[in-house]
Amino acid sequence: MNIVVCVKQVPDTATERKLRSDDKTLDRDAADGVVNELDEYAVEEALRLKEAHGGEVTVLTMGPAKATETIRKALAMGADKAVHLSDDALHGSDALSTSYAMAQALKKIGFDLVILGSESTDARTGVLAAMLAERLGAPQLTLARKVEVNGSAITIERLTDYGFDKVEATLPAVVSVVEKINDPRYPSFKGIMAAKKKPVETLGIADASVDASAVGLAAAYSEVAEFAAAPPRAAGTVVKDEGDGGVKAADFLASKKFI
Amino acid sequence: MSEILVLVEHVDGEVKKVTLELLTLARTLGEPSAVWAGPGYSETAKAKLAEYGADKVYVAGSDEIVDYVVAPKAELLARLVADKSPAAVLVAATSEGKEIAGRLAVKTDSGVITDAVGLGEGFVADQSIFGGGINVRSRVTKGTPIVAVRPNSTAPVAAAGAGAEEQVEVTPSDAARAAKIVERVKEEKGARPELTEAAIVVSGGRGVGSADNFAIIEKLADSLGAAVGASRAATDANWYPHQFQVGQTGKTVSPQLYIAAGISGAIQHRAGMQTSKTIIVINKDPEAPIFEIADFGVVGDLFQVVPQLTEEIEKRK
Repeated sequence: MNIVVCVKQVPDTATERKLRSDDKTLDRDAADGVVNELDEYAVEEALRLKEAHGGEVTVLTMGPAKATETIRKALAMGADKAVHLSDDALHGSDALSTSYAMAQALKKIGFDLVILGSESTDARTGVLAAMLAERLGAPQLTLARKVEVNGSAITIERLTDYGFDKVEATLPAVVSVVEKINDPRYPSFKGIMAAKKKPVETLGIADASVDASAVGLAAAYSEVAEFAAAPPRAAGTVVKDEGDGGVKAADFLASKKFI
Repeated sequence: MSEILVLVEHVDGEVKKVTLELLTLARTLGEPSAVWAGPGYSETAKAKLAEYGADKVYVAGSDEIVDYVVAPKAELLARLVADKSPAAVLVAATSEGKEIAGRLAVKTDSGVITDAVGLGEGFVADQSIFGGGINVRSRVTKGTPIVAVRPNSTAPVAAAGAGAEEQVEVTPSDAARAAKIVERVKEEKGARPELTEAAIVVSGGRGVGSADNFAIIEKLADSLGAAVGASRAATDANWYPHQFQVGQTGKTVSPQLYIAAGISGAIQHRAGMQTSKTIIVINKDPEAPIFEIADFGVVGDLFQVVPQLTEEIEKRK
């Protein structure tokens, strides 16, 4: 099975994240870049499926040169090779352009299964997997908390508000996985060393047959009109519990007409 | 005034609160048309939609629309966008709502904005990003604006609309039938409101200490008719099911009232609840960062304070 796992480098959620004042895009230099946490579950699931069914795991990332660090981490976990879609023309691409460029790259790579994390911790749009399924004409098997492959049949448990839906489809398919589907492995020393020798192919937009006029900030379908640091919340009242903390909290709730 | 499509969220034939919020919001910007996808439509549902301002109600009541993952709903909306040329399409910013919005954006070659917490003239959307640290105003610049609006972004206000019903016959394409839902499994969650929709959320964290102890969080929640949430520390420890996790990698909630008990307030958690209107914190550590965003905080043992609060609420009912 030919599995492509899409990963994204995002600013570390533990550091202060900013937008650039010039073009209002993410300031990638302001914070350390790390692998999007939810993508680690996608990499782990890809590796488990390969271990069970054979095949190959290719990492695909789109991002600036710095995103190579993210590729290395996925390779160190055990992925076989990587494709890095990187081109200055891609800077500022929104979800629509990103899904277009990624879909073009996926068509070039070829796949039986594409696996993504359910969302990125920076933009948090949660739309990419659905957009890829739409563009690739492949079944959308998103928000999976369990994935089972049997020959060309694939079944997932899709997380819903009330529990889950059992969903069936035929490969090739696009899967997104939710947190907790598995416990992502830590790269071993051997894995980290091996990753250095694994092939990483860099694709520019022309290599992936991506139309330059359809990507980047100028091609975006939406714009940030303005942004500002959120005003700090007005300081609240904090009391020390002296045996009546619950009563005081109830008084506060009553003053706000919650009770 | 121009037509605005609002995709109806419904469960067991009942219109969900977020749809009433979206209709209320749409009324300030144009004439809302509700779009009902799937079975369960009734006169009662129509009346509810009209009560909150739906001028039209498009009904595509076939089972097939909900038998496959997301794609048929996006096809239905794409067809209505083509036929009716609406000024905008609003969906609820649930996981599925955002997926529908994403596919619709590709189909109609239109821009999409997700997780709006407000929407004003020219469909300029307010968003709160990076864990609530930055407020952004953005707008769609191409095609028909598609906006996924977070539940609790506005209070639903009734104002009658005509509620003119129009049946829409749609058959999902072969491509839209590629991912078939073969079984729906309802996991027990009792009578509590849904986490992302709830007006009040009571969450427990590391300080709760065990799965059994979550009973005191649930009791407080039930006294207020609230949903129960949990921090990542609590779901990682398997004290509470993962689907109730509030935070960066879990659900984002924006209720009228959020009560955090035994939660320190790491960015991971704040990212999921910072836009709550009123925040109450109960924590024994006065240095816990969550106190920085509290409207009212109690420094104390949650095992004393929470049951006392529950008892007081019951007493004052």
